[in-house]
Amino acid sequence: MVDISNVNFNFMRYRKIAGGISAGVVALSIVSLLALQLEWGLDFTGGSLVEVAYEQPADPQRIRNQLDEAGYDGHVVQYFGSDQDILVRMPPQKELTSKENATLGDRIIASLQKVSDSEVTLRRSEFVGPAVGEELTNQGGMGLLAALGMVLIYVAFRFQYKFAVGAVVALFHDVMITLGIFSIVRWDFDLTVLAALLAVIGYSLNDTIVVSDRIRENFRKIRRGNPEDIINTSLNQTLGRTLVTSFTTLLVLFALLILGGELIRGFAIGLIIGVIIGTYSSIYIAANMLMVLGISKDDLAVPVKEGLDEDLPQQY
Amino acid sequence: MINRYPLWKNLLIALVVSWGAIYALPNIYPPDFAVQVSREQAGVAVGVDALDAVSKAFDEQGIEYFGSGVIEDNKALFRFYDDETQLRAKDVAQRALHDLPEPHIIALNAAPTTPEWLRSIGAEPMKYGLDLRGGVHFLMEVDTAKAIEDRVGGMEAEIKRMLRDRTDRIRYSGVEKPAEGVLKFMFANEDLRDRAKSKITDSYREFDIITGEEGDSAFVQLTVTDASVREMEDFAVSQNLQTIRNRVNELGVAEPLVQRLGRNRIVVDLPGVQDTAEAKKILGKVATLEFRMEAQPDAPRSSTITYEYEGRDAAVEKDIILRGDRVFDAQVGFDPDSGLPQVNITLDSDGGELMHRATRHSIGRRMAVIFIETKTRDKYELVDGVEMRTQVPYIEKKVVSLATVQAALGVKFRITGLDAGEARELALLLRAGALAADMFIVEERTVGASLGAENIELGAISVTVGLGLVLIFMLAYYRVFGLAANIALATNLVLLVAVMSSLGATLTLPGIAGIVLTVGMAVDANVLIFSRIREELKNKMSPQAAINAGFERAFVTIMDANITTLIVAVILYSIGTGPVKGFAVTLSIGILTSMFTAIMGTRALVNFMYGGRNVQKLLI
Repeated sequence: MVDISNVNFNFMRYRKIAGGISAGVVALSIVSLLALQLEWGLDFTGGSLVEVAYEQPADPQRIRNQLDEAGYDGHVVQYFGSDQDILVRMPPQKELTSKENATLGDRIIASLQKVSDSEVTLRRSEFVGPAVGEELTNQGGMGLLAALGMVLIYVAFRFQYKFAVGAVVALFHDVMITLGIFSIVRWDFDLTVLAALLAVIGYSLNDTIVVSDRIRENFRKIRRGNPEDIINTSLNQTLGRTLVTSFTTLLVLFALLILGGELIRGFAIGLIIGVIIGTYSSIYIAANMLMVLGISKDDLAVPVKEGLDEDLPQQY
Repeated sequence: MINRYPLWKNLLIALVVSWGAIYALPNIYPPDFAVQVSREQAGVAVGVDALDAVSKAFDEQGIEYFGSGVIEDNKALFRFYDDETQLRAKDVAQRALHDLPEPHIIALNAAPTTPEWLRSIGAEPMKYGLDLRGGVHFLMEVDTAKAIEDRVGGMEAEIKRMLRDRTDRIRYSGVEKPAEGVLKFMFANEDLRDRAKSKITDSYREFDIITGEEGDSAFVQLTVTDASVREMEDFAVSQNLQTIRNRVNELGVAEPLVQRLGRNRIVVDLPGVQDTAEAKKILGKVATLEFRMEAQPDAPRSSTITYEYEGRDAAVEKDIILRGDRVFDAQVGFDPDSGLPQVNITLDSDGGELMHRATRHSIGRRMAVIFIETKTRDKYELVDGVEMRTQVPYIEKKVVSLATVQAALGVKFRITGLDAGEARELALLLRAGALAADMFIVEERTVGASLGAENIELGAISVTVGLGLVLIFMLAYYRVFGLAANIALATNLVLLVAVMSSLGATLTLPGIAGIVLTVGMAVDANVLIFSRIREELKNKMSPQAAINAGFERAFVTIMDANITTLIVAVILYSIGTGPVKGFAVTLSIGILTSMFTAIMGTRALVNFMYGGRNVQKLLI
């Protein structure tokens, strides 16, 4: 078995290049988010969605024609998982009242039934009112900000503000790039992806904390050496754990992506991207920020408290 | 002695793990396909006659069933071996019960098969969300703004009428509405204004009242208080809640959920329902009321209608005094003198006028309140020799109150002589039949039964494969210690399921995703500990000391890392709606259980394998 605990890699040597690349990718993501926005899913835009299963392979073109004939605007018809599964999405129809829009799904189902000679089974039907979509967008944004804010406070309290800045910049980096990829590739951004994004925050933070914890420990323990050496040592010591945990997490996420079905795909993709970027960012963003902010031994002097000694066995 | 756990710690772990094993156990018993029969009238048990009729019909049609004849919580359950039989059985049961005089509700259900001994200690399987069992979820919004506007409009008319009163007239020069929920009455002078103010203060507690002067006129400005706004909102929402609860029964749903959400929304979850159009139609129907005088004994039969009331015939006049759309409010209250329960009713001003006209010469007679609902009933007809079922709407009318008029009634009056339960019931019915605040659907999610079953299957496969891969990797990478971590991980899963089952948490598809993620992340604590042990071994520490140091030094890191993740999970829960909440719940519970199993559980196992012995080499 490969033992990565012997690796001694000079991470901080490349910190400027890595920082530059990261800044570039984040900038690109922001540009894409501003220019292209996200492919907002039904949860946020409002509208109707119907998924049906036909007994024989279905023809999306015939369905589109049927829906055009019925006078619906802006519909999207696509295969969902197999060529017998059809997914129809439709924005709220302008000429209908809000009450009529709420029953749009039932009308679409009726239209879909007309196209086929065989039996059509309803798999799912969703309607989200415009007000609800707007609320969700606001809540989602607020949630992300609240999560970042709480983390900033906790890490500042547990460690030191320079670590907190490092952690939050790393999280911002991860969230932005994940969003950027969703924006550029035009993947659907729905509620489950938002949940994945918040889970990414949790995961990436986990990583950053583990690294920060070791940096703090080494700053207190190692008498000689400049901050760069200490950070390098810490990163090498935690590298094994970082990679193993990322690996096991990616194992289950790929199982979910491949076996979990269509509904969970966006969630799995969002998390996979986030875990990979989060692993990278705990090294090159969080630790990098400590260097940028000029971390020194003075920042981490052990507060003298009676009866509290790091070396005493912990009780658990 | 190093690396030995004290007895109490081992006992604690054993205790927690056996608790987890027992409370997770109900989940391995798959539910039976069942048909549930209950009476439409709430709180009344299914009769033996109904049970016999259904069993006989099943026998005649050759439908195999088991576990019947048991009436629990007033319901009867019939269990079947497969879903096709279940669907057929529902139709057969419907047909069989159609001929009985009392209306019944027949619903498809997934009957738990939890053994008696588990149920007796409160162990139940996890509940499945709609995305796993199929069904309809509605989020309805009540138009409370409109309801309040209507109500304030009604009060404006009442106040105007009060000021124009013939015996004590107070002339006002105009009414303005400077803002929503604000009324401004203008008067020629302060004396008139003050008289009006004292009159309004006596009759209304819904307003904050301020007075002032403007140019050469004086005014009273009435602003609906926040408390009253809340009260009116509550009324509008509770009225719609009641209406929906009444309706849901008609849909034949085994475990419906009707719940208020926030200030003006109502969640309706209907597991198993597939026909959303039908569900919407039924939920959208409203009930109404009619107030009529009881017929005089000598009244000609042609001018009366006879209803049944408390087992006796009650003849009422054909003329309607007023209908439910004139009723604003009905609340249970107590007579200030006697302390006995009563129902306080508020009408709008036209309603008050009509009521006054009808009752001022009828003191001593009785007035009936009739509750009217549109329902549907099955009808069986022979079409080309085949019996077909059609649903026919019909109107159900019943007298819910017959009380003696004791004085000329107006906008506000009360019905007395009830016990607390009767008063509550009557107030609910009156509210359900009162003018309904408008309600519309703002979100709907329907999941077909086939997709639900598929989601469960895919979820189970993902968890199994994900878990399998992690187990193999850990064993290969950490060997003996990997085995300890694997046992801890499996235990973690059992504990997670046990906690979710005993909290009554609902498992959803994102919840399954949360479990999968937990499996991947739960080993993190062990990875941290094990890499620390390896490190200490490399620093030439003795095996026993390395184990101890590894567990101890990693502890703080594990706590910090998990607490921050927990913070994120809690935020996720508080902002999320349905699906996101499900994910947050499993993630949070998973973090907590994994900390227990990964730290204490693994330590106990490692101690058991290596502790207190002279160990030369660790297999890590």
